[in-house]
Amino acid sequence: MAKNIKAISNPKLKLEILTPEEVKKIHAATLWIIEKVGVRFPSKRALDIWEASGAAVDREKNIVRAKPGLIEEALQKCPPAYLLAARDPGQDLPLDGNHVYLGTDGCGVGVIDIQTGQKRTSCLNDVRDIARVADATEEVAFHWVPVSAQDAPAHTRGLYEVKTIWENSTKHVQTESIYTAHEANAAIEMATLLVGGKDKLRQRPVLSLMQCTAPPLSHDGGSLDAALIAAEHGIPTGFMTMAACMTTGPATLAGNLAIGNAEVIAGTALLQLAYPGAPVFYAAAQTASDLRTGAYTGGGPEDFLFGAATNLLADYYNIPLSMGSFATGAKEPNWQAGLENSLSTFMASVVMSDMLLGCGFLHGSRIWSYAEMMLDCEIFSIIHKMMGGILVDEETLALDTIAAVGPGGHFLAQKHTRSHMRELFAPQFMDRRPYSEWESKKDDARDWASAKARKTLAEHQPEPLDLKISAEMAKIIKSAEQKEKKL
Amino acid sequence: MSEEFYREMAQSIIDGDSDRAVELAKKSLAMQIHPLDAISKGFVVGVNCVGEQFGRGEAFLPELVMAGEAMKAAVATLEPELKKLGSARQIKGRVVLATVEGDIHEIGKTLVGTMLSASGFEVHDLGVDAPADKIIGKALEVNADIIGLSALLTTTMVRQREVIQELDKEGLRPRIKVLVGGAPITRDWFEKIKADGYSEDAIGAVKAAEQLVAKD
Repeated sequence: MAKNIKAISNPKLKLEILTPEEVKKIHAATLWIIEKVGVRFPSKRALDIWEASGAAVDREKNIVRAKPGLIEEALQKCPPAYLLAARDPGQDLPLDGNHVYLGTDGCGVGVIDIQTGQKRTSCLNDVRDIARVADATEEVAFHWVPVSAQDAPAHTRGLYEVKTIWENSTKHVQTESIYTAHEANAAIEMATLLVGGKDKLRQRPVLSLMQCTAPPLSHDGGSLDAALIAAEHGIPTGFMTMAACMTTGPATLAGNLAIGNAEVIAGTALLQLAYPGAPVFYAAAQTASDLRTGAYTGGGPEDFLFGAATNLLADYYNIPLSMGSFATGAKEPNWQAGLENSLSTFMASVVMSDMLLGCGFLHGSRIWSYAEMMLDCEIFSIIHKMMGGILVDEETLALDTIAAVGPGGHFLAQKHTRSHMRELFAPQFMDRRPYSEWESKKDDARDWASAKARKTLAEHQPEPLDLKISAEMAKIIKSAEQKEKKL
Repeated sequence: MSEEFYREMAQSIIDGDSDRAVELAKKSLAMQIHPLDAISKGFVVGVNCVGEQFGRGEAFLPELVMAGEAMKAAVATLEPELKKLGSARQIKGRVVLATVEGDIHEIGKTLVGTMLSASGFEVHDLGVDAPADKIIGKALEVNADIIGLSALLTTTMVRQREVIQELDKEGLRPRIKVLVGGAPITRDWFEKIKADGYSEDAIGAVKAAEQLVAKD
């Protein structure tokens, strides 16, 4: 098991993508949107909370308009730092502003089969296998539900998915595929079982919930109810905007940031009004729609800029950020995938986004590829290395060694070289072989990445979950299924 | 005179200027131009022009949508007079469109509706979270050729199959064809639920709908 989790911390690189004045302008625009245009909250519970807090509520259209003071005051109650707990406490993830963690992506509908290489519909066993490979990989710090378990019942699918991940990995689970009250209640019951009590769950949230907004300026009713239940139990909860220039947001980047920000902070404020101090995070994966088809693109210069700018907004509110990176629009691990995933992840990392989503996907988060997952992990490792920057001191200037070698010698046999060579990056998937060797095999990174994933899946044994807990979780799911049938 | 006037009509569509299109439609009525002529010699020429530009990669999606909106506005202005004259615009087919029950994702479905109506289909959009009986009831009421079903969630896309099963039970297929779409919809899913057509985007949906009505 990979006990060690690779996280970016103490960065030496910096990027100023927006000035403090520009961030304030976006914040002011956001408050204007929430007050004048309003945000749709189609949940009775949410509307009741807003009304009790003094916001203007249009019950017919489910639209909430709130004064800037109400939003700002609520946001001040957000805790700036907290823990994402793992089954294995050695793999806990402190969200403290000084760590960047990588998670898998979600939630796809297809998988490139690891044995046959053919694309097929995703199922529960894929959730299991991906969790096992992610468990073994030191770059992956936490899980999202990577693909939809389409062979599990629709109403309890989200529960089967988290149970399966817990059974196959000791790392933190953040689910984006629980968006109804009944599933949220059952998932919290399962998490409670795992840590041994409701109070313990508050201290050690082994589960976090991510809810997508329904842009422009709307939330989904089920998502709101699920988020409120999570916040009530101290489960870290975030709202993700995927505002897309030209379709669900303005064509201009600043406007798109503002509209997405309005969705996220209005949702976040709601949670704070209901449960002050509840752990919350900001989540985003804005993009620009394709000019010709209007499709979600999953990459491009706009995405890279959003990737860096959003953390400034989350920092402004002093809450952690879960940022969409990777998730190329490419159909296979190729030039486009490498380009998009490197730049999106670099830009989100250089500003220290707390959580990065998510490696392993092709075709804009729709098709899982184990090869892409391994290649994405290497991209993360490269960026991890780059974020350390260049250390300049007596030891690294190496003057004694330079003097010892002198003009015309070499550094290969120097003790200084031996003691520092492992600081240099040793790639797994870059082709640095002699040309003739490549010519005789004609294989490349994709082949090596697939082989590594196959080997990991065959060999890695995650620390098993107590069978009794597993059985109890199954009972909770069955009971949730029966309750749903009665409704 | 009227050549120039028709050109202005076409231009209002090319510019995606709904206000101007409505103004010209009203003017054409006052000038006693037959509404069918206003549509076929004026407005449709503009829609076709934008369509061709799009096909060549010169126009982008918003231009296509704006032309579609302007066309819809012009036709709506002319419709009462058309009815009075007892004539009807030739349509390619009637489509009932909805996002399935339990799903509130609207934008893709609405975009498909705009594209279909701009290219000559009569579209009845039932909005989001539409149960199967409501969709089928509407299809029977308007004598629809096609039902278009959108879903964004893997948990709601199963509703597409429910509508198809219901139609089969009532013996309404192949009279009514079913077109499915939405981000999680793949060829595998389309084949599995035995739908009649599917598309990954709005432009493709128009082509798929045209093929479905051409088969009749």
